[in-house]
Amino acid sequence: MAVDTSAREYTTIREAAGPLIVVENIEGVAYGEVVKIVTPDGEEKNGQVLEVSSGLAVVQVFEGTSGIDTSKTRVRFTGDIMRISVSQDMVGRFFDGLGRPRDGGPEIIPEDRLSVIGAAINPTARDYPREFIQTGISTIDGMNTLVRGQKLPIFSGAGMPHNALAAQIARQAKVLSSGEPFSVVFAAMGITHEEASFFIHDFERTGAIERIVAFLNLADDPAIERIITPKMALTTAEFLAYEYDMHILVILTDMTNYCEALREISAAREEVPSRRGYPGYMYTDLSTNYERAGRIKGRNGTITQIPILSMPDDDITHPIPDLTGYITEGQFVLSRDLHRRGIYPPVDVLPSLSRLMNEGIGPERTREDHSGVSNQLYSGYAEGRDMRDLVAVVGEEALTSRDKKFLEFADEFEKRFVTQSRNDDRSIEETLDLGWDLLAALPEGELKRIDEHIIKKYHPNYRTKA
Amino acid sequence: MGEEGVIEKISGPLIIADKMRGCEMYEVIKVGEEGLLGETIRLDGALAYVQVYEDTTGLKPGEPVVRTKAPLSVELGPGILKNFFDGIQRPLEDIKHKVGDYITRGVRVDALDRTKKWEFTPTPAVEEGKEVVGGDILGEVPETKVIKHKILVPPGISGKILELKEGKFTVDDCVARIQIGGEDVELKMMQKWPVRKGRPYKAKLDPEVPLLTGQRINDTFFPIAKGGTGAIPGGFGTGKTVMQHQLARWSDAQVIVYIGCGERGNEMTEVLEDFPKLVDPYSGEKLMERSTLIANTSNMPVAAREASIYTGITLAEYYRDMGYDTAIQADSTSRWAEALREISGRLEEMPGEEGYPAYLASRLADFYERAGRVKTLCSDSEDRIGSVTVVGAVSPPGGDFSEPVTQNTLRVVGVFWALDSTLADRRHFPAISWLRSYSLYLGDLREWFNKPSSPDFTEQQEEMMALLQKESELQEIVQLVGADALPPRERGTLEVARMIREDFLQQNAYHEIDSFCSLEKQYLMARIILQWYNHANELIERGIGMEKIDVMKIKGTIARMKYVPSDEFKAKYEEIMRAMKDEFEAVKKREE
Repeated sequence: MAVDTSAREYTTIREAAGPLIVVENIEGVAYGEVVKIVTPDGEEKNGQVLEVSSGLAVVQVFEGTSGIDTSKTRVRFTGDIMRISVSQDMVGRFFDGLGRPRDGGPEIIPEDRLSVIGAAINPTARDYPREFIQTGISTIDGMNTLVRGQKLPIFSGAGMPHNALAAQIARQAKVLSSGEPFSVVFAAMGITHEEASFFIHDFERTGAIERIVAFLNLADDPAIERIITPKMALTTAEFLAYEYDMHILVILTDMTNYCEALREISAAREEVPSRRGYPGYMYTDLSTNYERAGRIKGRNGTITQIPILSMPDDDITHPIPDLTGYITEGQFVLSRDLHRRGIYPPVDVLPSLSRLMNEGIGPERTREDHSGVSNQLYSGYAEGRDMRDLVAVVGEEALTSRDKKFLEFADEFEKRFVTQSRNDDRSIEETLDLGWDLLAALPEGELKRIDEHIIKKYHPNYRTKA
Repeated sequence: MGEEGVIEKISGPLIIADKMRGCEMYEVIKVGEEGLLGETIRLDGALAYVQVYEDTTGLKPGEPVVRTKAPLSVELGPGILKNFFDGIQRPLEDIKHKVGDYITRGVRVDALDRTKKWEFTPTPAVEEGKEVVGGDILGEVPETKVIKHKILVPPGISGKILELKEGKFTVDDCVARIQIGGEDVELKMMQKWPVRKGRPYKAKLDPEVPLLTGQRINDTFFPIAKGGTGAIPGGFGTGKTVMQHQLARWSDAQVIVYIGCGERGNEMTEVLEDFPKLVDPYSGEKLMERSTLIANTSNMPVAAREASIYTGITLAEYYRDMGYDTAIQADSTSRWAEALREISGRLEEMPGEEGYPAYLASRLADFYERAGRVKTLCSDSEDRIGSVTVVGAVSPPGGDFSEPVTQNTLRVVGVFWALDSTLADRRHFPAISWLRSYSLYLGDLREWFNKPSSPDFTEQQEEMMALLQKESELQEIVQLVGADALPPRERGTLEVARMIREDFLQQNAYHEIDSFCSLEKQYLMARIILQWYNHANELIERGIGMEKIDVMKIKGTIARMKYVPSDEFKAKYEEIMRAMKDEFEAVKKREE
């Protein structure tokens, strides 16, 4: 590699604190510049300039500051911003959190070196996402439809099967019209070795491993490195999608660990914290990752994002899920209550949402009855759940016969519609027909959310007669 | 050369420049070799603190900083409508033509097209030798199919007309010459105005005309006045953005300014795709003909996000000054407040509540106070009225309304449309809570609503509200003893309340017809439901049980009445009322 002539080296570290070092007597250092640090024992570390004033630079060190001293450690400012070498050969390979191979394979021969900080897509250049992705999971396809170019996170909690669900989506997802599968860019941030190998084995088992690029920053890898891991993954995804017309599904897990690293740096910089000690700019920071999903007019590839985050104490109002929900186009919420009752996937459809669903469903995309069926299932299930609370107080005898029907409906809905096995790949027709089977148990007059002509055409009562 | 300083320190969107003595607060500054745009927000001796509207990566201490000696301003003139700007009024289409699909920094584009020629027709009454003052109309330009752009004498200028031209001109050409105190001044179609300063007007008027939105819960229950202010707070997924889109689509303002402030890119793309296609029910033309959009998505620079709402309201004030009713949808003011917080944090200011700066409340109040229905500037011989209505979405963390942005907003706005996540979870949309929301304009607007064609409009609204209140009390009892234990009369109340909720308040934004509901249709729908209640009560008093009333066919008809188009509704209303009367009569006969 060519030596950058603007690189300058200093041994003038004044201070090291947490993940930060302060270097003094510097000159010509740029904000955001990449830094190489060599400790007295020859260990090389990477960093980035967070703040610079004349003569003084604050640098965050991705690998942590252990081993750094204030006399012999050399700090080299590279004169370049953070970049990643990208190539089509990355598909099928494993990298660490900073984009270096960790599978023992050779270095990537770069086709390009791209800045990892993505500029904002011009809203006039975006193409609105509206291609239905069939995941084969009823609660998603039927009730919270995913479309190509969407960002739709899984809100989970410790001990729930979010990984199994994400792997199942990655395995089964396809666009109906073309049937082509997705390639997966997988970014792990601070997850355990076991969790990572669950994904890898699942991909191996199904042959998906040939369609995957993985960036792994595991629990025992440097925490600050996590800040950069999703940016590495998304830059690669953009390269593959827009240069090679690939359809990419980006799985980011676990965003909670990413935010913890963000907080750690903020605390070390003694910034004014906002809620629960997280920095005030966390919303903006998260958006610079999430907003990199989408479609661009005139380009064939797409980027669909499924970030996973574990809600501390299952609290959806915690800043991490809260700010995420404000940026992403909906959310799948996993319920501990359903999980405890042995229901897989434990998707609680009531707080779940897909904001782009309306454009992705209907005639020619899925089926004309999709919107009505989904709305009706929602309101029926919501009403049934209310009845459950009521029964807990007054007993089932106090319910009217109408109310009892809704109560039974909610049970059946969970048993037949929500529940499916980890290999069950339902077509959208199967999902909708299943919905109708359930709705048939309710009085027809209660199906207010469905247009009359749709009822006449799809309701089992009429179909059997015809 | 303009005065120059040097960069001393860079920290995210904030830089500190040295050798800047003499620089003014809120002056526009060009930062670094690339001349990135910024604005001073604090002065300290020779140091100037500058918030930069573009990404600062790669800037170095020692790079030059140049003063422009002008505050952040917008360009006002033909070409604002049907356009799409970023937070500091750079047209996004032009940026795309220049640099491609991504917004890179250092792009210089003019806000208004300098090459396009507009047909300028002078006002007949303004002839040579006439005295004009700021706000007077020199002439007009057909800006879009529905909006005639009035070319105004800029505020603060008055003099004698020397020449008034006619024909096709660019915004930069001279269209009139005025003699001001012996000096000959050229006026162009374009004028500039600093965004942080409200445009002047003669007097503020009381809010006595509603801004109709075509949304039943908004118009009938919690109306907003033209020139009024409203807030839509709600957690994520409660439908803030859909609500804002609906207001932008269907409200009867003549000019719409939609500000996407720190929100999703795809949402702005949706507006961009929809507005040129959807038809405005009032003019019959496409919605885009009356709209201008400002987008500073969440991943675009935060300092420009802070500026975007001021840019938007200044554009709205300009159209107000021409005598138009304008409305601003700002989505979301919380993101604006967060931008303020981020910059404040970088300035190391003492934080107030939740890290927000102590001046959050006064900044919010300043912004909302720029709304209003006013007598605009113009010669005393003319009486021109225009308005700016402001609706801001608020995104409270965790859906908790006690947080500072929601609370400080509620202190200054007239309408509170509270979005409720439990309603949203059960897909009751719009998820506006009828028990928590309020409108302070109800009293002022009462007279307008109770016009001769709907004399009991307010009465009906109050009756429905009372029924909903009663329902929530009854629900508490039902929770304890079950609905079966209630006396028949109360069960009738529960049923009518359910009808009000499901058949009146619920409105499907994605349904071709239901998306917009005229005020007449709203009035008649309410009438039908209340009439049903009268009929039902009559039967109940005769000892006929709810189970007989529940199975009547008319309930299904009422449930589907929202899907009847507004212009056919009057006829349908007669039909429903007749059918209802007949069916109730029949049941009464059969049972007795």
